[in-house]
Amino acid sequence: MGYLRKVVAIVWKDIRAELRTKEMFSAMFVLALLVMVVFNFAFDLRVGGERVRQVAPGALWVAFAFAGVLGLNRAFVLERDRGCLEGLLLAPVDHTAIYFGKMLSTGLFMLAVEALTLPVFTAFFGVNLFDLRLVWVVLLGTWGFAGAGTLLSAMTAQTRAREVLLPILLLPVAAPVLIAAVKATAGLLDGLAPGEIAPWLRVLAAFDLIFPAIAFMTFDYVLKE
Amino acid sequence: MMAIRTPAIEVHGLSKRFGHQAALQGVNLKVARGEFLALFGPNGAGKTTLLRIIASLTQPTAGSVRVLGHDLGQGATAVRRQIGLISHHPLLYGDLTPDENLRFFARMYDLADAEARIAAVLEQMGLTGRRRDPVRTLSRGMVQRLSIARALLHDPAILLLDEPYTGLDLQAADRLRMTLQELANSERTILLTTHHLEQGMELCDRAAILHRGQIAWQGERAGLDLDRLRDLYRQVTGTGTG
Amino acid sequence: MRQKKDTGLIGLTALSAAMMMAALYLALAGAPEANLKSETGRLAQRIIYFHIPTAWVGFLAFFVTFAAGVGYLRTQARRWDIVALASAEIGTAFMLGVLLSGSIWARPAWGVWWVWDERLTLSLIQFLVYAGYLMLRGTVEDPARRARFAAVYGIAAFVSVPINFIAIRLWRTQHPLMFGAEKGGLSPEMMFAFFFCLIAFTLWYAALLGHRIRLERLRDEVEAVKQNM
Repeated sequence: MGYLRKVVAIVWKDIRAELRTKEMFSAMFVLALLVMVVFNFAFDLRVGGERVRQVAPGALWVAFAFAGVLGLNRAFVLERDRGCLEGLLLAPVDHTAIYFGKMLSTGLFMLAVEALTLPVFTAFFGVNLFDLRLVWVVLLGTWGFAGAGTLLSAMTAQTRAREVLLPILLLPVAAPVLIAAVKATAGLLDGLAPGEIAPWLRVLAAFDLIFPAIAFMTFDYVLKE
Repeated sequence: MMAIRTPAIEVHGLSKRFGHQAALQGVNLKVARGEFLALFGPNGAGKTTLLRIIASLTQPTAGSVRVLGHDLGQGATAVRRQIGLISHHPLLYGDLTPDENLRFFARMYDLADAEARIAAVLEQMGLTGRRRDPVRTLSRGMVQRLSIARALLHDPAILLLDEPYTGLDLQAADRLRMTLQELANSERTILLTTHHLEQGMELCDRAAILHRGQIAWQGERAGLDLDRLRDLYRQVTGTGTG
Repeated sequence: MRQKKDTGLIGLTALSAAMMMAALYLALAGAPEANLKSETGRLAQRIIYFHIPTAWVGFLAFFVTFAAGVGYLRTQARRWDIVALASAEIGTAFMLGVLLSGSIWARPAWGVWWVWDERLTLSLIQFLVYAGYLMLRGTVEDPARRARFAAVYGIAAFVSVPINFIAIRLWRTQHPLMFGAEKGGLSPEMMFAFFFCLIAFTLWYAALLGHRIRLERLRDEVEAVKQNM
C-alpha cells in the first residue's frame, strides 16, 4: 500500500537524520537523567528505601514526559527549518500519513530513551524495574503521549511561541496517560493483582485509540493554510 | 487546425486575504501548455502567495485555480504530481545527503524508477560528485541546484519558480540561466516570478506584472525590449527597478 | 454611526441579573440550614449553591467551545470562532471560580485550603487545559489559522474531559480521601434553591456569552474599518 510505504519512509527519514547527529536523542537522554538527579535531591531518596518505591513511578514518568516533550518539539521544528514540511505538503502525500509517520518516529525515539533510562533508574534507586509487564505500560503510555503530542506539536511548531507552548498544551490533555501510567507502574512495583492494574491499562488503551482517531480527523486542518 | 488544449494553469478571480489584509485581489491569469511566463512585481505584490496557491500549498479565499484542467480543490493530491516548486526555502533535509533526500522524495511521489531518475537529475544539475555529502555541507549554489533537482525529480509538467536568482553569486546565476534555458526549450510549462526585469525577460514567452495583488499588465514577449518593459513597470508600480 | 440595540440581549441581561440576585439571597439566607455539626460547617455548606452551578457552567461553556470549533472547521465562518472564543474565556473564568469556591469551602469544612478530590482535581486540570486554549490563541497571528488551531485544540481538550474524569475517579476510588465530604441529603427547599441557582447561573452564562460575542463582533468591525483607511 502506497500509504503505508510513505509512513514508513517518513519514519526512516527521521531515524536516518537523527542517527547522523544524535543531537535530539542525547538531549532527551540527558534530560531524563537530570530529572532523576533532581528527584533524588528533592525527596532525599535512599537507595532501596521505602520512600523510593513511593516516588519511583512518578519520577520515572516525569522523566519520560519531559524527554518526550523535547522529542516532540524537535519533530516539527526540524521540518520548519528549511521549509521541509512544505516539501512534504507539495507531494501527493495524505496529511494523515505525515501524522502517523511523525508519531511513530517520535514514539520510537521516546522508547529508545526509555529503554536506556530504565536500567539507569534501577541502578540509581535500587528499584527493580525489570518486569516484563512494565514493557506494556511503557508502550501504551508512550503511544498515547506521542499520539496526542504529535497533533499538538504540529500546531505549536507553527506558532510564535514555538517550543514553549507544547508542554502547556500537552500535559493537561495527556494527564490521563500520566496518571494511568504512573499508577500502573506503581501497581506493578507494589505487586498488586492484575485485576487492580487492568483498569489503568484500559484507560491507557482508550486514550491510545481516541487521540490518534481525533488526529486522523483533524490533522488536515492543522497543516493546511 | 490547432487542437484546443486546456491551459496548463487557469486562475480565475483569485483572491487571498490574511486577516484583513488582501494579498491577492481578483487575479485572472492563463498559462498555456509549454509556455514560459515571467511574472514581475515589487516585494509584497503577492507573487509568492500566487505561486503557493497554484502549488496547492495555500488555499485561496475566493476564486478558482485549475491546473491541467483539474480543479485545485479537495482532490489536489493527484495534480501535485505534475507540479514542481522551487521556492525561497530549499525544502531539503540538512542532515541527509542529496541521495537520501531525493530517495525520500521519490518515495513520496511514488516513482517507479527512482534510482534512475535520481541519477539523471543529479547528473543534470552537476551534483553527482557530492551526492553522498550532507546537504548542510553544500554551498548555497549547490543547494539551489539540488532544490531544482528535487523539483524535477518527478518530471512535472509544470514548474513554478519563486525568485530563484535570490542570493546567488554570478557563477551560480549563470548556471541557473543555463538550466532555465534547457527547461524553457523542453515542453514544460514554466511560471517564474522575479522583481529583476532583465533576468526574467530573457527566456519568457509572455510576461505579466503583478502589483498590489492584481495583474496590472500582461502581454507577449515578442516586440518587448528591456526599456519598454521598464517603462511599463514604472508606470504600473510607480517605482523604478534594476 | 449606527448604534445597534440588541433588545434580546438587554432582556436576557436584566433577567439573569434579577435571577442572580435572587439566587444570592436564597443561597446565603433563604435556603434552610444543613444538618451539620459545626456552625462554620453549616455556613460553608451553602457554597454548594455556587460551587456546583459554577462547575456546571464551566462544563457547558467548554462544550459550546467544542461544538463551535467543529462548526468552524466545517464552515470556515468567523462567527463560529467568535462563539468558541467567547465561551472559552467565560468557561475559564468560571473554572477559576470553581477552584476558588472549592478552596473557600475546604477551609472551614476540613481545615485545609485544598483537597485533591475528584471534582477539584478535574476542575484544576480543565482550568489548565482551557488556559492553554487561550494561550494558543494568543500566539497565532493569522485569524484563519488561529481559528483552525483553536478549533482542533478545542476538540482535543473536550475529548480529554471524560478520559480525565475516568482516570481521576479511578484514582480516588483506589485511594479515598480520609475525610469525605459531609453530605447530608438535600431537603426539598434546598433542592429548589439548588436548581434555581443552577438556572440562574446558566442564564448568567448566556448573558455573558452574548455580551462577549457582541464585543468581539464590534472589534472585528473596528479592525475592518482600520484596514480600509
